[in-house]
Amino acid sequence: MTNSFNEFARAKMFLVIGSNMTEAHPVASTFVKNAVLKGARLIVVDPRRHKLADFAELHVPIRVGSDIAFLNAVMHVLIAEGWYDKKFVDSCTVDFDKLAATVMRYTPEYAADICGISAVMIRDVARRISSVHPMMLCYTLGITEHTCGTRNVMSTANLQMLLGNMGVECGGVNPLRGQNNVQGACDMGALPNVFPGYQKVGDLALRSKFERAWGVDGLPAHNGLMIPQMMEGLVSGQVRAFYIFGENLANTEPDIHKVEHELASAEFLVVQDIFLNETTRFAHVILPAAAWSENDGTFTNSERRVSRVRTASPAPGEAKPNWWIFQQIAKRFGHEWTANSAREIWDNEVSVLAPQLCGIKYHRLEGDGLQWPCPDENHPGTCFLHRDGHFTCGLGIFTPAEWTPPAEVPDDTYPLVLSTGRRLTHYHTRTQTGRCEGLNDILGEETADISPADARALNIAHGEMIRVASRRGEIKVKANVTDMVPKGMVWMAFHFREANANWLTNAAFDEITMTAEYKACAVRIEKLTDPASMARV
Amino acid sequence: MTQQKMMINGHEVLFSPGQTILEAAEAAGIWIPTLCHLKGTTPTGACRICVVEVAGARTLPTACSTPAAPGMAVQTESPRVIEARRLILELMLSSGNHNCAALNGGDGDWTGFQLGVQDSDGSGELCPVWGDCKLQDLAFRYQVKVGRFQSHEGPYPQELANPLIVRDFSRCILCGRCVQACNEVQVNRAISFGYRGALSKIVAAGDRPLADSECVFCGECIQACPVGALVEKKARYRWRPWETTTVRTTCPYCGVGCQQLLHVQDGRIAKVTGVEGAEPNQGRLCVKGCFAYDFIYSEDRLRTPLIREGGDFREASWDEALDLVASRFKEIIAASGPDAVAGVSCARSINEDSYQMQKLFRSVFKTNNIDHCART
Ligand code: SF4
Ligand code: SF4
Ligand code: SF4
Ligand code: FES
Repeated sequence: MTNSFNEFARAKMFLVIGSNMTEAHPVASTFVKNAVLKGARLIVVDPRRHKLADFAELHVPIRVGSDIAFLNAVMHVLIAEGWYDKKFVDSCTVDFDKLAATVMRYTPEYAADICGISAVMIRDVARRISSVHPMMLCYTLGITEHTCGTRNVMSTANLQMLLGNMGVECGGVNPLRGQNNVQGACDMGALPNVFPGYQKVGDLALRSKFERAWGVDGLPAHNGLMIPQMMEGLVSGQVRAFYIFGENLANTEPDIHKVEHELASAEFLVVQDIFLNETTRFAHVILPAAAWSENDGTFTNSERRVSRVRTASPAPGEAKPNWWIFQQIAKRFGHEWTANSAREIWDNEVSVLAPQLCGIKYHRLEGDGLQWPCPDENHPGTCFLHRDGHFTCGLGIFTPAEWTPPAEVPDDTYPLVLSTGRRLTHYHTRTQTGRCEGLNDILGEETADISPADARALNIAHGEMIRVASRRGEIKVKANVTDMVPKGMVWMAFHFREANANWLTNAAFDEITMTAEYKACAVRIEKLTDPASMARV
Repeated sequence: MTQQKMMINGHEVLFSPGQTILEAAEAAGIWIPTLCHLKGTTPTGACRICVVEVAGARTLPTACSTPAAPGMAVQTESPRVIEARRLILELMLSSGNHNCAALNGGDGDWTGFQLGVQDSDGSGELCPVWGDCKLQDLAFRYQVKVGRFQSHEGPYPQELANPLIVRDFSRCILCGRCVQACNEVQVNRAISFGYRGALSKIVAAGDRPLADSECVFCGECIQACPVGALVEKKARYRWRPWETTTVRTTCPYCGVGCQQLLHVQDGRIAKVTGVEGAEPNQGRLCVKGCFAYDFIYSEDRLRTPLIREGGDFREASWDEALDLVASRFKEIIAASGPDAVAGVSCARSINEDSYQMQKLFRSVFKTNNIDHCART
């Protein structure tokens, strides 16, 4: 996030796109709702009419995967009507001409067809968001989990630069992170192209810096593989040993049949986790790890705040902290790593090597933590980025984006769109929440959420078991007929193994980030009335 | 804004226009008891425990909802104020199952009274929040005796129907804090005041069980309840405040990163609350942050390293398991080069774990094949 959660309550206007905040980021949504009760304005752009839409002055039900067309058309109107922030564009950005050239083709009428809303509504959105300054834009995985995810993200940044909503309090582009420490794992360099602190592995000077710090030579210069490439490498034999730490890939990756084939192909698979799960079935070695409250350490939240994690009780049996396990493996390769606690790792290595984190030391994290960038020990941390329009690389660059449809679109055989996400009560594959007393009682099974119109057309009753099938698999699941879902859509989560949406999802990826298109694939739904079809499932 | 002057308990106190007597007093470090007042929400004046004496005023105004005024002279603990507070507390105590304060009860029949209450509670235990109850604290502070008014259990049975929150109407003092918490803080709009007079009750829409209402089990109302009318089912009769230490930590679920207080008793987390006033959540949590902590004590936890043997796994020592991992990785790297190994780190675990893992892959294995599920 460029900005912070504590700005939500003071914000004057929000545009929330592709974010079911009340379920995926419940506490963040409470601050948005507080602001709305105090008079802030809210526009929700989402195919589903989720709970937050009840608080919005306008719900814009665009079709799944039409975000770029929608945002481009809004920018088209802003430019055509002169409703954008010319001063900010002139003084703080470059390549406005390129943006203007691209969005000129996205007339509201043209985009209306793609987005499934009226041109009038697009103009209306443009008018509303240009009338209030600043406006805070929030998004979640509805923007990123598409084959065009990277371009979706660029489009949100284009919009906010065009409106001059960058570098100001209560403005900015604010992706809410799905998992608690996605931000941190990125910051730490658990990515194939960067060292900790986003320092490129391809840069010779940076490699030398890390070689000196780690006392090694020959750090590799070429970018490594991303997860989908690793998985395919397991089948091709390019990747022979695979180490999975804490991710239940067999349930969370798209197209479970494909993923399980890939995992089964691994020549040597190490899984380090706190429970046996669907992924450990394929392991050769399973290493037991200490969990959340059995460890000291730090998490970094969506607003770049580094906060302490503290030990409440010891790990069971012989389970060990993850950092210790990695240290012990290094030792067997002849590397003696001296840091012997999370605190030593952070204070002596992480915060020395990552420029954004230099000022963050454990002794400064006792209270509310610190938000990076925090370059030195007297720095108070940074609530919002690009203050006064000063971008990291000087000027903000407009990067126009073209709309492309999802990799798989509905057709006669698979006429509906399946979109996936999270539900409030559970988390991911429930390895944790499923083992907490009470939570399964509140939400005990998966459902396929469908619209009343589709239910009527297929004569499906609320609560009836149905079949959902895609080109990759099929599942049997209870139908949940709800107004929240538009006609033509099936919406599911991936919390339960049996009716996991990932039996159906499409392993198509964004070409840059390799994020999978969890938000759109084509499916068919059927009644399970005839016994023959019952037997097949 | 220019500050103005008033007198509290004979001291000159500065306040900003718009502040209430309560806010002015708190800013000056002067304590006034409150029960229904919930910071950041509209004052309701429901409980009247915060009454103070204002020179020249005929009645005792409530400090939480009365604006401070220049020249106002306030007494926060005058005999009249104390008398009023005692009466309020006595009425509250006798309105339900409040066995805690029965010590020094009017008839001196402490044990009998307590046992009676415990029986009707069906638990044979003390009130689940004994020692962490604002009403109990105030009853002791103001030396309130019960017994003058007839105690009764109230017209409504406990609601045990949902797995997470126990609603014990017999202990509810109708202060309305839960209603404020639900409607103004979390804005879930699940509960409100229902019925009238002696039948007053906090109800979820249509007086249904919470599980059938708009309730999302965020736990905000429990945290707001000053008494034992709303308690965590999982913590009830297990958690005792005087046996607990608290540990501040960060929620392990979503990217908001809420600050939690773990209440640890006998080496186990007994309950979780939000850290009041903390960034980023200001004391708020959701159902996961509040209730999804006990997975760590599951019987299913992995306790020893496991090594595959045929179709099954056998237990192994750390040395054996780590030696095996190291030797297989060495062999494969020697035969096929460092890029024949790859790793996926965990976006749930602490920063230091991800740092160590990428360091292992880069500096030891010499590959950049390290990634994590950044995108889900
Ligand atoms: S748990 Fe949350 S949603 Fe439910 S009644 Fe309490 S405050 Fe309202
Ligand atoms: S349940 Fe608790 S917070 Fe709610 S009105 Fe009763 S005593 Fe007050
Ligand atoms: S309490 Fe809920 S909103 Fe807060 S970090 Fe945890 S999961 Fe997210
Ligand atoms: S605290 Fe002021 S009336 Fe209840």
